[in-house]
Amino acid sequence: MKLLKHFSTSKIFKDSTMISLTTRLIVSFAFLLCSALPALAQQIAIKGETVYTSAGDPITNGVVLISDGTIERVGPESSVRIPSGYEVHEAAVVTPGFIDAHSVVGLAGIFNVDSDQDQLELSSALQPELRAIDAYNAREELVKVLRDRGVTAVHTGHGPGAVISGQTMIVKTAGTTIGESLVDSTTALAMTIGSGVRSNFDSPGTRAKAVAMLRQQLISAQEYMEGGDDQSRDLGKEALVKLLNGEIYALITAHKSYDIMTALRLQEEFGFRLLLDGAAEAYLVMDEIKEAGVPVIIHPTMMRLYGDGEHASFETAGKLADAGITVLFQSGYEGYVPKTRVVHFEAAIAVANGMDYNQAMNALTIDAARVLGIDDQTGSLESGKQADVVLFNGDPFEYTTTADRVIINGQVVSNGE
Amino acid sequence: MNHHRFLNSPLLIVLFLVLALPIRSAAQDQPVAFTGAEIIPVTGDPVSDGVLIIRNGKITDIGPASSVNIPRNAETIDVTGQVIMPGLVDSHSHIGEGDGGDRSSALHPDVRIMDTINPTSDSFKRALSGGVTTVNIMPGSGHLMSGQTVYVKTKSANTIEDMLVYSDEENNIYGGLKMANGTNSIRSGGGAFPGTRARSAALVRNLYIQALEYRAKVEAADGNEDEMPPRDLDMETLLEVLDGKRIVHNHTHRHDDILTSIRLADEFGYRMVLHHVSEGGEVANEIAESGYPASIIVLDSPGGKHEAVNIDYEVGRELEEAGADFAYHTDDPITDSRLFLRSGGFGIRAGMSRQKALEALTIANARMMDLDHRVGSLEKGKDADFIILNGDPFSVYTQVQQTWIDGQKEWDRSNPDDKKYGVGGEDVFSGSNNHVHDLSGGN
Repeated sequence: MKLLKHFSTSKIFKDSTMISLTTRLIVSFAFLLCSALPALAQQIAIKGETVYTSAGDPITNGVVLISDGTIERVGPESSVRIPSGYEVHEAAVVTPGFIDAHSVVGLAGIFNVDSDQDQLELSSALQPELRAIDAYNAREELVKVLRDRGVTAVHTGHGPGAVISGQTMIVKTAGTTIGESLVDSTTALAMTIGSGVRSNFDSPGTRAKAVAMLRQQLISAQEYMEGGDDQSRDLGKEALVKLLNGEIYALITAHKSYDIMTALRLQEEFGFRLLLDGAAEAYLVMDEIKEAGVPVIIHPTMMRLYGDGEHASFETAGKLADAGITVLFQSGYEGYVPKTRVVHFEAAIAVANGMDYNQAMNALTIDAARVLGIDDQTGSLESGKQADVVLFNGDPFEYTTTADRVIINGQVVSNGE
Repeated sequence: MNHHRFLNSPLLIVLFLVLALPIRSAAQDQPVAFTGAEIIPVTGDPVSDGVLIIRNGKITDIGPASSVNIPRNAETIDVTGQVIMPGLVDSHSHIGEGDGGDRSSALHPDVRIMDTINPTSDSFKRALSGGVTTVNIMPGSGHLMSGQTVYVKTKSANTIEDMLVYSDEENNIYGGLKMANGTNSIRSGGGAFPGTRARSAALVRNLYIQALEYRAKVEAADGNEDEMPPRDLDMETLLEVLDGKRIVHNHTHRHDDILTSIRLADEFGYRMVLHHVSEGGEVANEIAESGYPASIIVLDSPGGKHEAVNIDYEVGRELEEAGADFAYHTDDPITDSRLFLRSGGFGIRAGMSRQKALEALTIANARMMDLDHRVGSLEKGKDADFIILNGDPFSVYTQVQQTWIDGQKEWDRSNPDDKKYGVGGEDVFSGSNNHVHDLSGGN
């Protein structure tokens, strides 16, 4: 760390070439430091009484071998020999690291004061140019809170409350800078359809106006896309072009059934990839959601019942999953105490209210990875994937169970709460 | 208006007399025996094959099947494989849509939340579905004194009077006094509200000193009505507090605010329960030594306000280790009454004993409201308030099956019209749950 400080305060930042060279130097040093420090545990063997791989049936008395940050082998104890020199950890239950499919942690901080709340910019209701990477605090205490409980990746960024509040990204919950944590810099544009927007802005003041403003933006972006190279750059439109090209998602928070239908109507008009977020009344329009083939990042199961979400139900996640709709879990946005939820606590209540256990486990891991486009890297315990693994002392869904070890990229990053 | 007229019509009254009375009295006079369940009385050891007998709203017998005689005229309900425990007691909740003091002052001991409760609020159904049977409903924490709290049962009723639980019938006491310190009651801009912690304490001390002077005048009058000081609702309430009849429920988070609460209670000698106590672990020994009990909250994660950044699952265990008396509360809507049992689960997660976790949801709360002679445990002579569960109280997979209050079944999960309050859904709740606390945080 001293090394980094020295570089950043020295006077060699004269021009952009030097900066980029120096940045690269710093990155190399940081990499050296990081990879040198935990040399003790480069090779880890985990023995679990039950190992949920999210790639097939759970394994009883399973072994996970990790080498150089990557999963080397997974299988039953009877067929996977632990080579000498591996640091051995034991646990009652082993799972892939949990993925929080929608959060605002890192932009929203623990103190909930103006200076640590960067998830919603109020100067305009439409700001697709706002990048999550420019506002993420990797050292935020709430990130550590999630990591210690077993969440290893978070889809986070701008929150609900604006027509387009900004961009989202995916980070691992390890690392002390955005560079160390980042998995995907631009995952979605966060949008809200519903009554929650009008209290934050003079305009839109109604649902219809909000949708008109959103359609106008998307139409302008279509024209921008077709315009020539002589146009001046427009950061907002560039982000919208990515949406229209299918490079990123529209993450639309909508709770009322008719707001969900509006989201589906916009998707049909503009052809973007849609993630339905919140969706408290999704149980009223399941056929329509299923036909559109849209995944639902369901509201936190224990969400408080007020505003557009007052008709939320503990049973919605299970109902959607039974209907064949892809359901993911989220910690969501919290405006007050507590400042973040924990995604597997929410899944637990869904299971207690009818959702299939293994399906909930998949929703927290491989399904989330697949929808977020990171399943080539993480989301299951399979050889070749990044070693994001959690060791629990019991059923991860029980209140009384804790995560005793959390491993991210093959490094033990937490020894529990 | 038509609806209103119908309510007052003689026809309706006759209908009630004909329909309601016989059913109710029959259910009360005939003993009911619950057999086959594991019974957790909380104040005694769990009984694996237990029998619980209730009659006229009270528990008449409880114990192992081998030693309890079931009266011949009893209705027997077989609940084999289920778990029976006391109805949960919540010492701090905001259900019922009530409100407290206004912006005219930071201190409102005259204000009664009981005058504002909606007895038919769906939030009571929500609490029933979580097994909560007795609640201390509090006005908010935005005042140094926001008003008198009210102790109620969550049973269905049309009037608040039918829900009241008296802690002291002789003196007509059925609630405490809400106090708060720390940041919630501090407001910039001066006026009636304090701008600092020191000013907060000074305002409270001044009012209690006035109350002492008022008491001196009352005592000097020695029963002579002509000599009595003019009636003053603020002063009368504070006299009940100073005389130990009305308990102070004091919202407090930071470790030094907790100690300030103790300092003021010691100075004036009133009875107090510390509420929330986010940093209680840091002054656990001081709390234990003070003798004031702590009604605490447990949350999924810390944060959301400056004072609560250090709240964690450990506070309960730390208080237990220090020997302090403590209980859990919901602070509904901060935590959901439907999931109150979860608080005990989180305590056990952080090393609390199972027995203390059970007490913290029942008898410990009852003690903090002077109601332990009636509720909070399953004992002969106590109110027949209990819940039937389909498994271990601290497992996420366990659901409350039935909630009974005063010997009446108030909620039954097997009835869809009841169950809906336990899970939510289309048009179940009316949005009455965002009361007292601003949950939106400006977004």
